[in-house]
Amino acid sequence: MKQIKLQKILFLIVLGIMTMIYIGPFLFSLSISFSGDKNVFEWPISFLPDDATFANYRNVWNELPFGKWLFNSVLVTTIQTISNVFFAALAGFTFARLEFPGKNIIFTILLSSLMIPGIVLLVPKFIVLNELSLINSYGGLILPGLVSVTNIFLMRQFFSTIPKDLEQAALIDGCSYFRIFWEIFLPISKPALAAVAIYTFQGSWNEFLWPVIVTYTEDMYTLPLGMASLRHELLTDWPLLMAGTILISLPTLAIFIIFQRYFVQGVSSSGLKG
Amino acid sequence: MKFSSSKKEQRFWAYLFLGFPLLLMSVFVFFPIAFAFVVSFYDWNLLIPDKPFVGLGNYFELFKDEVFVKAVKNTIVYTMGVVPVQTMLSLFLAFIMNQKIVGIAFFRTAFYIPAVTSSVVTSIIFVWIYSKPGLLNYILDTVGIDSNIDWLTNPSTVLPAIMVLNIWTTSGYFMVSFLAGLQSIPTTLYEAAKIDGANQWRLFKDITVPMVRPVTYFVVVMSLIGCFQVFDQIFIMSSGGPDNSSTTMSYYVYQNSFKYFRFGLGAASAVILALLIFTVTAIQKKYLPPDYY
Repeated sequence: MKQIKLQKILFLIVLGIMTMIYIGPFLFSLSISFSGDKNVFEWPISFLPDDATFANYRNVWNELPFGKWLFNSVLVTTIQTISNVFFAALAGFTFARLEFPGKNIIFTILLSSLMIPGIVLLVPKFIVLNELSLINSYGGLILPGLVSVTNIFLMRQFFSTIPKDLEQAALIDGCSYFRIFWEIFLPISKPALAAVAIYTFQGSWNEFLWPVIVTYTEDMYTLPLGMASLRHELLTDWPLLMAGTILISLPTLAIFIIFQRYFVQGVSSSGLKG
Repeated sequence: MKFSSSKKEQRFWAYLFLGFPLLLMSVFVFFPIAFAFVVSFYDWNLLIPDKPFVGLGNYFELFKDEVFVKAVKNTIVYTMGVVPVQTMLSLFLAFIMNQKIVGIAFFRTAFYIPAVTSSVVTSIIFVWIYSKPGLLNYILDTVGIDSNIDWLTNPSTVLPAIMVLNIWTTSGYFMVSFLAGLQSIPTTLYEAAKIDGANQWRLFKDITVPMVRPVTYFVVVMSLIGCFQVFDQIFIMSSGGPDNSSTTMSYYVYQNSFKYFRFGLGAASAVILALLIFTVTAIQKKYLPPDYY
C-alpha cells in the first residue's frame, strides 16, 4: 500500500513538471506582454515584471493595423464557420437519408480526397483563384474553406444513428425534405453541430498557410499572418509582440476551456476508429 | 399507402442539397488534384505567358537541385525525429494520467492548450525562448551548463529546436487520444495481472501497449502526415535558414511556387511530397497494422 502511495506522489511530481513545461511558455509570454521595459533580455529573467503596464496592449491597437486584421479574421472565421455547419449538416443529411443515383460513388470520391495532402492543392488552387481575379481578396481567403469533407463525414455518421421512424411520420404528412431537415433533424443534432462549429472555428482562426499564399497586402492579412509579418520588425519590441500574440490566443483558449468536452469526445471517437 | 416519397422526389432534393457543396469541392479540391499533375509537366511561371510542356523535366530538375535534396533530407529527419518521441511521450503521459490521480481534468487541459493555440503564437514565443539571451540558455546557465548558442541561427541546432517545439505543441492532443483508449481497457485485465504478480512495467508493456494499438496507429498516421507537411513553424522561426539547414519540402514548395512563381517546379515538388507520404503510410499499414492479432 505504501509503495502505491509513493508511486502516486512520483507520478504527481512528473505531471507537475510537465504542466510547467506545457504552460510555462505562455505564462512567460503573458509576463513579457505586461513589461514596461523593452529590454526583456536582461538576466536574471524575472517572472513578474517590476514595472507592469497595460501600455503594450494599448499600443497593439494604436501602433499596429490590429483592428483591420481582427476584422479580417472575424469575417473569414464567421463566414467559414456558419457555412461549414450548414452545408456539412445538409450534405451529411443527404448522404445519410436520401437515395439517389451516384450516391456511393460521390461519397467514395469525397472520402478519398481526404488522403490527398493539402500541400498538393496550393498551386492549382492559386491558379484557379487567379483566373477568377480573387487573389488578395476576401473571396480568395474565404471560398476554399466554406465546406470540408471531414465535417460532412462527421454529420453523416451522426445522422445515420437517428432512427428512421423519425422522418416517416413527417413524410406521410407531406413534409418536404428540406422541412424535415430543418425542423426535425437540425434541432436534435445540436451536439454534433456544435462540434463542427468548434473545430471549424479553431481551424479557421488559426489558419496560416492559406492567407500567406493568397494575400499580399497588409490590409488583407488575417491576425496570425499580421503578427507573423511583424516578427522581424518588432524584434526590438518583444512586449508589443507578446501582447499581440496573447490577444490572438484568447478566443481559441476561451472556446477550448468552455467547450472542453467536445474536444475530448471528438478526439476519442476518431481515435478509436483508427 | 406510401411510406416514403418517390425516388424522383428524393433525387431532386439530394441534388439540390449537394449542389453547392459539390460545386465548391470540385473547384477547390477535385479539379486541383488533377490539375496539380498537369501543371507539374509544364514550365509554368506566373510571370511568363509562355508555358512550354516539359514532360518530366521539372522532376529531373528537382533531383539535380541541391536545395531540394536537402529539403527531402530535412523533412525525413524531422519526421523520423518527431513522430516516435511524440508518440511515446503522449502514451507515457496518458498512462500516468490513467492512474486515478487527482486533478486529471486540470492536467489534461494544461497539456492540451498548446495544441489549440495558433502556430504563430507558439512559434513567436519559442523564438524568444531559443534566442541567445532567451529562456532556454538562461535555464541551462542556471543549472550550470554554459550555453551561448543562438538556437535558431545555428545550422546544427535549428531543425532539432523546431522539432522540440512541434513535439511540445501536439503531444497534448495525442495524449488525449491515448487517454481515451486507455480508459476503454477493462480494469479486470490489470487486476488479474497484478494477482499474478506483474509489476507496473509489465502491466504497461504487456497490457497497455497492445490494447491501445488502434489508437497508436491513428496517432502515428496523423503525426506523420502533419510532420511531412510542416510549414508554419519553419516560415515563422527560421524561413528555412540558415543556409537551407531547416528548409523542409513544404517550405521548398512554398518558396518556388509563391516567391519565384515557378508553379511547374512547385507542383512537381508537392507531388513528390505526396508520394512520399503515401509510401510511408502504406509501409506503416503493412508492417504496423492497427490490429496486431
